[in-house]
Amino acid sequence: MDKLWLIIKREYLTRVTRRSFILATLLTPLAFGLFFVVAGLIFQYESDDSRRIAIIDEGNIFDRSIKDEENLYFKFVDTDLETLRQNFDDFDYDGILVVPKVKDVMATRHTIYYYADKQPSLDIDALIRDRVRGQMRDYKIEALQLDPQQLEAIDTRIELEPEPIDDESTDASKLTGAIAAGIGGVMGIVMYIVVFIYGMMVMRSVMEEKTSRIVEVMISSVRPFQLMLGKIVGVGAVGLTQVAIWAILIPIIILVSSLLFGIDSSAQMEMAQQQPGGANFNPEDTEAMVALAIEEFQSLNWWLILPMFIFFFLGGYFLYSSMFAAVGSAMGDDLGEGQSLTIPITIPVILAFYIMIVAIQAPNSSLAVWSSIFPLFSPIVMPARLAFSPPVWEVVLSVVLLAATAIFFVWLSGRIYRVGILMYGKKVTLKELGKWLFYKD
Amino acid sequence: MKAYEKHVAVKDVSFEVPAGSIFGLLGPNGAGKTSLIRIITTITRADEGVVYLDGEKLNSRHPEEIGYMPEERGLYRKMKVGEHLTYLARLKGLSAKDARAKISGWMEKFGIEDWWDKKVEELSKGMQQKIQFIATVVHEPKLLILDEPFSGLDPVNTNLIKDEIHSLRGKGMSIIFSTHRMEQVEEICEHIVLINKGENVLEGKVSAVKDRFKQNLFELEYEGELPEGLLEQATVIHQKPGRLTVQVAETAESNTLLRAMLDRGVFVKRFQEILPTLNEIFIRQVN
Repeated sequence: MDKLWLIIKREYLTRVTRRSFILATLLTPLAFGLFFVVAGLIFQYESDDSRRIAIIDEGNIFDRSIKDEENLYFKFVDTDLETLRQNFDDFDYDGILVVPKVKDVMATRHTIYYYADKQPSLDIDALIRDRVRGQMRDYKIEALQLDPQQLEAIDTRIELEPEPIDDESTDASKLTGAIAAGIGGVMGIVMYIVVFIYGMMVMRSVMEEKTSRIVEVMISSVRPFQLMLGKIVGVGAVGLTQVAIWAILIPIIILVSSLLFGIDSSAQMEMAQQQPGGANFNPEDTEAMVALAIEEFQSLNWWLILPMFIFFFLGGYFLYSSMFAAVGSAMGDDLGEGQSLTIPITIPVILAFYIMIVAIQAPNSSLAVWSSIFPLFSPIVMPARLAFSPPVWEVVLSVVLLAATAIFFVWLSGRIYRVGILMYGKKVTLKELGKWLFYKD
Repeated sequence: MKAYEKHVAVKDVSFEVPAGSIFGLLGPNGAGKTSLIRIITTITRADEGVVYLDGEKLNSRHPEEIGYMPEERGLYRKMKVGEHLTYLARLKGLSAKDARAKISGWMEKFGIEDWWDKKVEELSKGMQQKIQFIATVVHEPKLLILDEPFSGLDPVNTNLIKDEIHSLRGKGMSIIFSTHRMEQVEEICEHIVLINKGENVLEGKVSAVKDRFKQNLFELEYEGELPEGLLEQATVIHQKPGRLTVQVAETAESNTLLRAMLDRGVFVKRFQEILPTLNEIFIRQVN
């Protein structure tokens, strides 16, 4: 036990004091912050492009009044189109908008024309169409002599409010799904990255020990299993440290940079959702939604989600990194030669990742449910489902199965490892690894 | 006995290492030396048979009483020398304080006190070898197993390590020394065992082994002419004017021969028994 602790300590300390570790741990959040700032600036940038547009309103639909948009100025002109077009360079307009007469009030389609030397950008295109459509609506209401209030009443906005079937379950709001999907997605991706980065780190380190022959010296003092377990635990602690630092630093850096650069994250969200030609987005709605989202975020059962996340982190990490350790022990000096041995490990990880993406959209589908219980997938799929408050029995079953499987795989890998680290100059196949399992000590 | 899948590496080997002696473990490549050493160092377990250390059956506490320097050896390249040695010493059960004190003592002895904060990768191979030696002996094991300890060392450092081996032996440490370099065995070891194909071939004190394999060869140098009929009882192996190598049937006959020569008035400058070198014995026994 003492020796195991010494090994864990060495594996941990030599890694966290390495310059490359410190740089990666600090630079990654900075890179995130930089990405955030740049993305924010990019989203803000497009409204800088100012345009002056001349409108020829042939049917007088606008009644000579139109609201200027930020960076977009409209001017009604009486000059005829031909003159305007021929002298386009003399006028200080960026484009000429021709709105023809409305011939048939019942028509659902109306073509307007935009003359310019440059194609209208997507956002300007959307803005113009939006303006004209609104004006056209008012025009038609008047022309058809409709009651605007009645008209408004026709359009009913339906909201779906999820309610629990019994009184005990917590009441979910309409945003629960979206928030849970977001958190689940982030957790699933973190798990996926963790398994790969730190699993590979364990594998490389085992290979290094074998090729540098330090392993021969080590195992005359400690059991191979202690050496392997110490390495897995040590690297796992490094992983937890790094993820914890990121979990603290990334939000802080994003917060600080959004304050410094005045980037409104809801503006980003708005921009992202406002697809050209899409439905218009009410800013008041956004604010309400952000408030609701924050409330929803806080109401999630973090006391369950966080410990569970750490459990699945450790379970998944132990499960996969022990396999990586076994493969590392079997590899010789040549990394390329053993590459094919890692494929059976990476396939379930990648499959689990895809299932996770499906699972956050349909968290209660049978694919999601069974994958979040199956131990090779559960470390990635279950964290993604946690925020959707899955039934207790599923979580318990998943936890028990993962714990048992992880322990079993660590034991199994230990058996391969103890043979592998002493085996040199042999091309190893999967079948060979299987045989090693049954070697006597 | 130790068997790997279809291959038996160590079949029937038994020998005793006298406490406080230097013992040579010899054998050709693939004889099963490394497999045997791995059993003794508790790295692997024998399928059959037992190893006793100080009269006690080998158990899980014993690794701390054994120091093993494998032939294939290495160190963590990125670690500092002092940290590395402390780590290895602590894995052998020393407290942090003890480890530091003992390591400092050894580094002083080797004149490398200022290496404590150097990284292993900055050292040359021979320098790393010294570190490796300290790591093997720092916990003052009862049994020291050295596999080709001099490979890669220059003559000065070879002597340095050799002297240390002798002084450790003087302190009561038992040392198993495994090598292919027979002249080193002859120089250092008191006892040897030779194994081949997983079995004992011969075992005993170096002098006794040599005695057993001697072929009653004698070399003599003389002046003048050899009288006729003098060498009737001996076989002449090699003859040059003034120099002769003969083989006699029994050791005792050498005296008869010498006396006859003296009686006949031959001036004998040198008369010496030729003992086989371990190298010759090794080659003869293995083939």
